[in-house]
Amino acid sequence: MAIPQEKPVAARPKDRRRRRPRAWQDKHFRWIPDGQGDWKVEGYPVRHRHKPKKGHFRGPGPKPARQAATAAPTSAAAPAGSPPPAPPAPIPDVRPPTAYQGNFGTAEAVRLLERAGFGPSPGQAEQLATLGLIGAVQSLTRPTGPAQLNGPGPRDDEGRPLAPADAWGHDHLWWLDRMVRTNQPLVERMALILHDWFATSNGNVSKTQQMIDQSNLFRSRCFGSFLDLFKAVTVDPAMLQWLNGNENNKWAPNENYGREMMELFSLGADRGAYTEDDIREAARALTGWRNDWSSELGAHNFRFDSKRHDTGSKTVFGKSGTWGWEDACRLCVEHPLHPSFFVEKLWSYFVPEPPSDSTRDQLVATYVSSGWQIRPVLESILISPELFEGPPMVKPPVVHLASMLRALGRPIDTEAWIYICDQAGQQLFWPPNVSGWDDDRWLDTSTMRARWLMVTYALEEIAPDTWNEPYSTTETPEEAVAKAIASWGSPALRDEHRAELIDLATRSEKLIVANWQKGPYRAMRQNALLQLIGVSPDLILQ
Amino acid sequence: MSPQRQSHSCCDGYTRSQLLRSAAAEAGKGLPAIEPGMPEPAGTGLSRRKFLSRSAGLALAVYGASKIPLSAFETGIAQAASADKVLVSVFFDGGIDSLNVLAPVNDSRYQQLRPNLKLAPGAGTAFSEDPSLQWHPAAASLATLHGEGKVSAFPAIGYDHPDQSHFTSRHYYEIGELQVGYRTGWLGRYIDAVGDSENPLQGLSLDGSLSPMIATAEKPVAAIDSVDGYDLWSRVDNPIQGEMFNSFARLGALPADSPAMSQVRRAAAQTDKLRQDLDGVGEFSSPVTYPNTRFAHKLAGLAAYIAFGLPMRVVTIRAPGGYDTHADQAGDLEDNLRETCEGILAFQRDLEARGLADRVMVEMWSEFGRRPEENGSLGTDHGAAGCAFVIGSQAKGEMVGEFPGLAKLDEDNNLRATSDFRGMYCSLLEQWLGFDAEAIIPGAADFARPVLVKP
Repeated sequence: MAIPQEKPVAARPKDRRRRRPRAWQDKHFRWIPDGQGDWKVEGYPVRHRHKPKKGHFRGPGPKPARQAATAAPTSAAAPAGSPPPAPPAPIPDVRPPTAYQGNFGTAEAVRLLERAGFGPSPGQAEQLATLGLIGAVQSLTRPTGPAQLNGPGPRDDEGRPLAPADAWGHDHLWWLDRMVRTNQPLVERMALILHDWFATSNGNVSKTQQMIDQSNLFRSRCFGSFLDLFKAVTVDPAMLQWLNGNENNKWAPNENYGREMMELFSLGADRGAYTEDDIREAARALTGWRNDWSSELGAHNFRFDSKRHDTGSKTVFGKSGTWGWEDACRLCVEHPLHPSFFVEKLWSYFVPEPPSDSTRDQLVATYVSSGWQIRPVLESILISPELFEGPPMVKPPVVHLASMLRALGRPIDTEAWIYICDQAGQQLFWPPNVSGWDDDRWLDTSTMRARWLMVTYALEEIAPDTWNEPYSTTETPEEAVAKAIASWGSPALRDEHRAELIDLATRSEKLIVANWQKGPYRAMRQNALLQLIGVSPDLILQ
Repeated sequence: MSPQRQSHSCCDGYTRSQLLRSAAAEAGKGLPAIEPGMPEPAGTGLSRRKFLSRSAGLALAVYGASKIPLSAFETGIAQAASADKVLVSVFFDGGIDSLNVLAPVNDSRYQQLRPNLKLAPGAGTAFSEDPSLQWHPAAASLATLHGEGKVSAFPAIGYDHPDQSHFTSRHYYEIGELQVGYRTGWLGRYIDAVGDSENPLQGLSLDGSLSPMIATAEKPVAAIDSVDGYDLWSRVDNPIQGEMFNSFARLGALPADSPAMSQVRRAAAQTDKLRQDLDGVGEFSSPVTYPNTRFAHKLAGLAAYIAFGLPMRVVTIRAPGGYDTHADQAGDLEDNLRETCEGILAFQRDLEARGLADRVMVEMWSEFGRRPEENGSLGTDHGAAGCAFVIGSQAKGEMVGEFPGLAKLDEDNNLRATSDFRGMYCSLLEQWLGFDAEAIIPGAADFARPVLVKP
């Protein structure tokens, strides 16, 4: 709730009814991967709803079998454009007890690729399934070497290479291309998540290159220490401009970053984690960063200037000291309410429903014991039963588009994606505000229309030309539907959707009354089927 | 947008349109009755019969009339049926600096708190209801309407224990309650209560996405980013196209087994419905000249839609620009405020010319005001109480809550609120929309209702 800590509790009498039910604190033990193919015991806090019996089982149970050497795709040295290397020898798919225990087949590999990447290219899910769950997840979370971009490079409407730092909207195309062509999809997906988490917009940053640099920061730090990432973002030139860190000085602190670093980046609003005074004190700790400005270079030469820094004592979260900007970041991450914020926020990008208390506590334990490392938490989320067995999520517009282009094997060859993604609600490097995109509200009549248009454009290359190309005059409804699904890379369609497509194909055929209509109407029918698959929940959901 | 620019599609359309519109203005409401030989409504892109029949159908759906022959609509019943009130909500995104919109130039602490961002006394129109306040010069259009008695100003609106997070405070305003995590907006709940299950236009966001303020639990609502037309382009022509849309709608009507599936289904169903409702609605013309801005163009389209009889109840639109002015506030605020106020003035004049001004009320709001003391970046940080305005020919035109002065600020050194936004909502619901606020605003009984509408 939004009442900051220092406000009288009496203002919210409803709190009394929502008091946490009584719980019994306990500690259990479990096996977790030790990173070298073996298992180690980890203790984690458990909250029992009922008083536990004396001597009840606290784990960890029998030790799972040792894993083979970690799968490490060794593609770094391969030249760009070469076929992907042969899959490594499969790791025994030995899963910790808290992991998803069901079958890891093509459908599950598709879901993993959709949530932890941008969907499969043709055949990719089948290949990933052969690695088993653990091997598949590690192939995503432990990439080696620089990412390769496979296939033809991006082009603008004139067929020229992109100018991402200079031409309007080419930054969007540049990133979209990486999403479509990368062999390290989770790196791009994490960069997108962090772009939403630390949402910074071109709108208040002097140079697009600074936005691109920030996204590269996300790529390089997305699996490492959150504290290191947080510090790097805090003094990143794009962020310093976006939240006025570069104008925050000891004479007149600007609290813009001080507030959002707590509310949005590390602690969360409405949880009683901080007060308005904490924000003001943190703003003082953050003072000192500045830059130069010139009309040719824009904002440049970002640096810490000790003359502008407030060297006095500050009290943040009750801790006093002559804190500086790194302390401000550290104090946030050391705050007892940070780990739960971190794991729940990261979780929310992959699973639509919040984690259970026990799952959250396990993730918190993993996070804290690793020293605030992102990768272990990420791996736990990606093997969780909730990811594979829980409800679907709406794909963000760029994920929907990138997954379609991957399925169709189409490179970036039009600038239309800039305005279409904008209309669909997501132009990269232009989040709506510092809280990022609203993942619960992707679809309305305006953004759905843009998704429809996205599909129309995506089909440009494969859509039959009704009036200028001959088309089968004998294709049956079943054949038409099968062809349309195959054109989309054979996604799994729900039965009721497939039935409606068959019905549409059958109804359309009944409209053919003249001989000349036999081919053209079937071509249009094919286009209608392709269109409806593209805007169906089967392609919009992940 | 200028009439000249809009008239390009039919060269004499503008003249005919003018005739129609002036007739409408005389009649005092909507489109005039059709007479033999009358031209089609210029700029609508529709035959008059097609247009009226569709808006009649929608009016039937919305207002519950039944078994009225179509001919009745062609002779004006459609207008009567759709003569309900419209509420237009304009949002200053980011927390507009109320102390610049209505600047307390004659408050003794103002000069001291705002050494760089202060307005000079006499730079703008004096605010007649409080001699310590003065309109920002960029708000001159609003000052004009205020001078005509068409603006009720809230110089310090807010709530107890103000939250200085954009997202929390904005959420409170959107849902009409001091809680987090509501999924329906206050106007969305109103639509759920009185709206129709078939009419997405009853709650309309003229933006790229739906305002959470009109988020409903059940009833359809819509967002359109452009007032110049709404269609779904594909490579499919009729007659197959019709079947394609039938299937699109049928897919949208299938049951959903998860919130995400429900979101896709609803969006598909409402998109198809809107496509039908707005089929052919595109070109329009205006009886007054609007500023050449995107915001003003949307308002021009909105006025035309209201004149067409499209069944809208509540409309949301974001004011141009951003108002989170932590740095270099003066120029940004001035440009955006001017664009907003000039657009609103043109909209009001348009409605007056069309004879529709008594049916439309505009409410302007922001999630909070800004800190009275400026920061070191020629900007202002998040504050507490801010400003709101209720604008229209039927607005009472009297200030609500006094300006509390800068001598005594709250414990965070922010402006204290002298009116509660939920009281404003209750008054708008009860006095303008004619609906009991108790059913919409939690704890409505506790809020004083300022008189916002002329008796």
